Amino acid sequence: MANKIFVYIDHFGGRALPVSWEAVSAAVSLKTSYSSGVTAVVSGYEVGAIAEEAVSYGADEVFVANHEKLKEFRPEVYTSVLVKLMKDSVPEVFLMPNTSRTRELAAMVAVDLETGISPDVVAIDVVDGSIHATRPIYAGKLLTKVVCAIARPQILTLRSRAFKKPEPDTSLSGEIIQADVEVEDPVTEVLGYKESEAGVSLTDAGIIVSGGRGVSNNPSLTPIADITDEKGKEIWRAQQGFQLVRKLAEVLGAAMGASRAAVDAGYIPYAHQVGQTGKVVSPDLYIACGISGAIQHLAGMRTSKMIVAINKDADAPIFQVARFGVVGDLFNILPALTEALKKRLGK
Amino acid sequence: MNIVVCVKQAPDTAATVTVQDGKVSWGDAPLVLNPWDEYAVEQALLTKEEHGGKITAISLGPEDAKEALKTALAMGVDEAILVSDPAFAGADTLVASKVLAAAISKVEAVDLIFFGRSAVDSDSGVLGAQVARRLGWPSLSLVAAVNNLSPEGGTIEVERMIDEGRQIVKGSLPVVVSVVKGINEPRYPSFMGIRKASRAEIPLWTAVDLGLTAVPSPAMTWPEIFAPLKIETKCEFIEGETPVVIAEKLADRLMEEKVI
Repeated sequence: MANKIFVYIDHFGGRALPVSWEAVSAAVSLKTSYSSGVTAVVSGYEVGAIAEEAVSYGADEVFVANHEKLKEFRPEVYTSVLVKLMKDSVPEVFLMPNTSRTRELAAMVAVDLETGISPDVVAIDVVDGSIHATRPIYAGKLLTKVVCAIARPQILTLRSRAFKKPEPDTSLSGEIIQADVEVEDPVTEVLGYKESEAGVSLTDAGIIVSGGRGVSNNPSLTPIADITDEKGKEIWRAQQGFQLVRKLAEVLGAAMGASRAAVDAGYIPYAHQVGQTGKVVSPDLYIACGISGAIQHLAGMRTSKMIVAINKDADAPIFQVARFGVVGDLFNILPALTEALKKRLGK
Repeated sequence: MNIVVCVKQAPDTAATVTVQDGKVSWGDAPLVLNPWDEYAVEQALLTKEEHGGKITAISLGPEDAKEALKTALAMGVDEAILVSDPAFAGADTLVASKVLAAAISKVEAVDLIFFGRSAVDSDSGVLGAQVARRLGWPSLSLVAAVNNLSPEGGTIEVERMIDEGRQIVKGSLPVVVSVVKGINEPRYPSFMGIRKASRAEIPLWTAVDLGLTAVPSPAMTWPEIFAPLKIETKCEFIEGETPVVIAEKLADRLMEEKVI
């Protein structure tokens, strides 16, 4: 009998994203409620190793859609492959990790199957055969329960770091099934890739060090002589400030974030922005440097497990969500903290 | 080029949002053009400036949801249409995408549709892709730059901001493009634009106008909206004579808490 729980494995550059395994663990947690095993779905080209890995994370069987036309992700072609699979198997639940590919993929699959989609879910419960999903709205200022009572499958994308990251267990076994796929011609062409400006993916990061407007306020710095305009001087100062943020991030293996104020002032590219109109993040540790804590910024990082704030203004709202606070000059504190941690981490 | 830009009205992002009697309240904060949609409107305007054509802004919402459209008009779009019907109340994205696709099909010979990446209230970020699927057009989402657009050749080349970096993709028209912040710098409405917008007639299209005799039922319901648990944090301020003393103490505390 076909399984009722399906989970999609998103991957890039030959590797599954960590959130894919979190989605598998969420799928495994539904096994009792649905009295069913878990089927993982891997779509791509030469993705056999990822399928094996899915078994070690708890998938009872893995459908592999392997085709040269699936080498580059295109939502339209992937949708057709998944829709065919869904129509053949009619599962109750189709979980996906929430990534920059799957949100669009899930949206399209839902249209073809005329079913509901709950994107960016942070918790799931099963009540009377339907998943009651919890998802943030208004950038996490509120939460809503979402239910897809009748249409099937229920499609959910799960937020990174909201569900348990399982440990792989190579003693687990599962069946790997090569799905028989016909793949239509893609309607778009992938011409290439460019490196991320952000370096490390913010949504996956365990530690984030962020800088705000305050990083440009170091009065002791004298801009190099050929910068004459005030804006140029400000940006130069900010870049020196972000160097300190970057050094701390490097020691911690952390991603570098920024507030909207810093992005809008031109200090750092948008890819770094954390907050309501940037990335919503939930790392284990978030170090906010020179960030006052506007409501839009707090909305994007308040679910971090621990927040450390360094700010010269003792009344800054960021301290209301911080576990540890330093009221002081980040230009002195950051280099000292970088050294102190380097020592302790043996770097 | 015939361009459509889909916009939504949303509470200002500075609003304190609460739940009152099971409903979302943003107090007396203003309703504005969804910030993500400002980039979509601006991109439509830039496209028209380069290639000529006409821009129609479409918004699906309650009947008083005209502020977003007025802002779009004031920024410079040519026409605005409000799609509204009591039958659309409680619409999920499945229904909304069907309604919007019907509205877009009513606008003549559309080449290009712009969306913002998501709405700051519902945070769904799926509507652009769903409308594209309904129309059978390609979807280019998370677009951070349009490198090349050729109305004659019917092609478009964009840079998409994906988790791993930027992906450069070429597609064909007609196409749905969802844009992210950073693609442009949205203009402020001009004085003349605001005057023009205040006088503009905004037609209202209902389900009947769209030929939707039976509005589909939503697949999703929202049985409960609630505020997140208030995380009780007491900030422990780290103090010391010198930055080095403070940094050493903070580093020790972080090691003790095992977060590093």
